[in-house]
Amino acid sequence: MATIINIPHEKALEVKDFQFTYNGTTEPSLKEISMPIAKNSITALIGPSGCGKTTLLRSFNRMHDLYPGNRYEGLIEFKGRNILEPKEDLIQLRTCIGMIFQKPTAFPMSIYDNVAYGLRLQGIKNRSELNDRVEKALQDAAIWKEVSSRLKHDANGLSGGQQQRLCIARAIAVEPEVLLFDEPTSALDPISTQGIEKLVIELKEKVSIIIVTHNMQQAARVSDYTGFMYLGELIELGITEELFVTPKERLTEEYITGKFG
Amino acid sequence: MSNIIDKVFEHSTRIIAFSVLLIVAWIFTVLFQNSLDSMQAFGFDFITDTKWAPNLEKFGALPAIMGSVISTFLAMVLAVPVAIGVAIFLSEIAPEKLKSPIGVSIELLAAIPSVIYGMWGLFYFVPIIRDIFGGLGIGMLTAGIVLAIMILPFMAAVTRDAMDTTPDILKESAYALGGTKWDVIKDIIIPYAKAGIIGSMILALGRAIGETMAVTFVMGNVHKISLAITAPATSIPVTLANEFTEADTELYFSSLFELSFILLLISFTIISIAKFYFLRKTRRA
Repeated sequence: MATIINIPHEKALEVKDFQFTYNGTTEPSLKEISMPIAKNSITALIGPSGCGKTTLLRSFNRMHDLYPGNRYEGLIEFKGRNILEPKEDLIQLRTCIGMIFQKPTAFPMSIYDNVAYGLRLQGIKNRSELNDRVEKALQDAAIWKEVSSRLKHDANGLSGGQQQRLCIARAIAVEPEVLLFDEPTSALDPISTQGIEKLVIELKEKVSIIIVTHNMQQAARVSDYTGFMYLGELIELGITEELFVTPKERLTEEYITGKFG
Repeated sequence: MSNIIDKVFEHSTRIIAFSVLLIVAWIFTVLFQNSLDSMQAFGFDFITDTKWAPNLEKFGALPAIMGSVISTFLAMVLAVPVAIGVAIFLSEIAPEKLKSPIGVSIELLAAIPSVIYGMWGLFYFVPIIRDIFGGLGIGMLTAGIVLAIMILPFMAAVTRDAMDTTPDILKESAYALGGTKWDVIKDIIIPYAKAGIIGSMILALGRAIGETMAVTFVMGNVHKISLAITAPATSIPVTLANEFTEADTELYFSSLFELSFILLLISFTIISIAKFYFLRKTRRA
């Protein structure tokens, strides 16, 4: 029923017959989703509000486990294993699959400590190693020049765009293989948004990226592959240009031409 | 017409608001005036002298001041860790179904009048202390424990409220970096709620230091500084509650007023510090 292309790339993740049901409901919020996530590429998830794109994104790092009673079914394959297994080590999984949220979430600590946080959780205490990795992460997140002189300052003193780049630095400092972006620019002004988009594109050399966005232009600008979701189902997954120019599904076409949304 | 009603309303609320200010100033003045005799007689020695002998017209307030400070300190040392533990449990660990019944019980505990804590302490707590440590069972330690139990619910409830203000998205960010529940509590929630937690502690401290009824039952009213915390002692409010009826001389009366003036200054300082913290928090938000 859905149109899912085969990707020529190596796969970072593979979703098979995935269903997700929230606590207290019987109707699954995500139904029979199957899709590949290409390695070192950007896959965008688009669709109207409530279509399940964020729910799907939060399944990749098992964020739903923080709240009791949520149920996963099916398979999400990552490095040869099904991460939905109950025995999956979530702490370990989340260091491999990082996440950036809708709003900047600087922790109530200094800029340096924010970036070092994930590293310290992994038990890295060596001062010079921490310094090196914090600097590298800040450079990769294109914010080093702005903050290098005030690493000890409170991170909450930065602007929204700077804080979001700090969050990206914090996430890439632990060298994840996959990064999940949940509408990362929805709280930012156009200039900061541009900066984040540029950064996301640069990052795909090192990590595989999945980005949820309600902004179709953003998906078109940054992503290699785009998946269109509607009412908990994945309707179409295709190469971004093809999906926007020649959608195979009628629903996709109606959505991208603005007939609903 | 409506204009006049507005004016009347405006002025009457203003008068009521200013009357609060007036009452505070009035109490300060009265306490200060009545203390003058004692201040002139003893000067600064009043605070440093340990001898309280009404029959000799000799009044030194150090045992009472020390009693207030030490019993409050004991109460804080005992109550703070427990309150934080209860708050962490209620805010982060307890299953949803338990949060509300336990939370409400704690708020009920906070509403128990202090005289009931005092009675309960005297009849059911003093014997336990007597069995464990010997002696009379009344004294500084018992007072500290009863005070700790009394301030704990308030502290736990306010600390929980402060912890609950931590945005989910901030906690999720720490989990998303591979944090455990304990990491998130200690690195994110407690630092985020710090101002509220400290504020609740200072307010609890203010309540403990001025507490009269709960402590009067179990303190002993003995004007003596003892090295043993199990020995009977006194505090400022305990002295005031016990001795005003016996104050038969002008100087005795004035000395008690100076004690209350000192208590007011201590409480005022504590509340000012708490306000400072709370104000800092609201300015940030």
